[in-house]
Amino acid sequence: MDKIRFEKVTKTFFIRDEKKKGAQREFTAIRDIDFSVKEGEFITLVGPSGCGKSTLLDLLTGLTRPTKGRLLIDGREITGPGLDRGIVFQQYALFPWKTARGNIEFGLEAKGIPRSEWKERSEYYLDLVGLKKFADRYPHELSGGMKQRIAIARSLAFDPDVLLMDEPFAALDAQTRETLQSELLRIWQKTGKTIIFVTHGIDEAVYLGERVVVLTANPGTVKKIVDIPLKHRLEDADIKSNPVFVEKRHEVWNLLHEPEFIGAHI
Amino acid sequence: MVSFDKPVQLDGKGKIQKASAHSTSFLGKAFKKSIVLILFVLLWEIAPQYGLVEKTFLPPFSEVVRAWWDLLVTGELWRHFEASILRSLFGFILALAVAIPLGLLIGWYPLARDLFTPILELFRNTAALALLPVFILILGIGEVSKIAIVLFACTWPVLLNTISAVKNVDPLLIKSARSMNISSFKLFYKVILPASVPTIFTGIRMAGTGAILVLIAAEMVGAKAGLGYFITYAQYNFLIAEMYAGILTISLLGLLINYGLSSAERYFSRWKQ
Repeated sequence: MDKIRFEKVTKTFFIRDEKKKGAQREFTAIRDIDFSVKEGEFITLVGPSGCGKSTLLDLLTGLTRPTKGRLLIDGREITGPGLDRGIVFQQYALFPWKTARGNIEFGLEAKGIPRSEWKERSEYYLDLVGLKKFADRYPHELSGGMKQRIAIARSLAFDPDVLLMDEPFAALDAQTRETLQSELLRIWQKTGKTIIFVTHGIDEAVYLGERVVVLTANPGTVKKIVDIPLKHRLEDADIKSNPVFVEKRHEVWNLLHEPEFIGAHI
Repeated sequence: MVSFDKPVQLDGKGKIQKASAHSTSFLGKAFKKSIVLILFVLLWEIAPQYGLVEKTFLPPFSEVVRAWWDLLVTGELWRHFEASILRSLFGFILALAVAIPLGLLIGWYPLARDLFTPILELFRNTAALALLPVFILILGIGEVSKIAIVLFACTWPVLLNTISAVKNVDPLLIKSARSMNISSFKLFYKVILPASVPTIFTGIRMAGTGAILVLIAAEMVGAKAGLGYFITYAQYNFLIAEMYAGILTISLLGLLINYGLSSAERYFSRWKQ
């Protein structure tokens, strides 16, 4: 069965009209988004600015509802936020007054997990992201990469089925980003979560995703879903020169550089 | 008289200590910190002795200290100190008890915020001392009017800082917490409240400074006890050394309050850079 299903999802907002003072006009952020994500699948979404990636994620989070269409998780419509989904933001969104461990426990408490299990669970997930020794550090005492690891641990610790990631590595330096990409693949293989990963980076999308959803902008629609038949991503040390990677990367690049994108900022 | 204010205002914010951590030894650090203070006291001592200033109007430091000691031994100083500190503490704590919950409430509801902020700004910018005659007119010259004016002066900085603290909580943190499906109540006391603490404390420290300032002035106008009263009393009776002893005590009181509030602020904001 499909884990997540977008059924002709459209979202419109009312925004300020630039031409008429005081008036509002309708703005379509995404239109007729229609695709499914399988259980345990790693799917990446890539598109230019204005392709409605944030809108899509807000809908998945349950913070907003579609204007038209339905958004299903396990066959049930999403009606609000829930702990069956965990979110990782680009800017980490860690609570600065809580230590690494405290941040992880925040999610455990929200989920209603008994206090007696907190220590064991937080230790496990800190270990999973390789930060066991940093449990009692405050976020400002951690580097960007470490913060993002903690944020990932926090989202995994309450054991959601789906992990939603909003450009999680965009603010990191290139080297840290590569490390975290392969760590994420390792964590994905180990935990079997369904992951929806939004990114600006074509390389990142192709490297991580089993499928890459290419979006168009204004309004956001699905242009094409590209299968990436890459095996042994973690074992292949120089996967970016693998012919399959090169070919798929080029295909996604082409999709993003077709005429309707001329003038758009990717 | 004016020169006394300066060392009080310059007192440590904790961060200064870190900056001088490079000094080689403890003694070196102590020397760097106290040398200007020592020179100031020396100047105060010597200048009147050598007739650089009129001794009658500025007695040497040692004479002031002696007067201070005598006042301390007789219990006279303590009586005034106690009166002042009780009034300011009472008004200050009342202000916190009123302003923090009210600020949280107003900050949380955008409509309340938009409605109340202009009038609160007006009150904040009305010098409390300008209202002293009104307070005395309505509440008399007893304790009530003095506590009330401290309450008035302390309320606005705390209230406005609390409102802006709640308003300026990082929306991403709220989004992150809400995505975890927590209740509005929990969101409030698990996210909004802790995120607001440092900004609220800035208001509290402003209020602490204001409390003393306003109280001393109020005591100068109409009171039978308190440090402000004591200073004017000493001046009218030409007890100049005693007057300076009173001023010195106010400096010490200000230092004490600022130090206490700074420590509390550091404790509550220890997770910040």
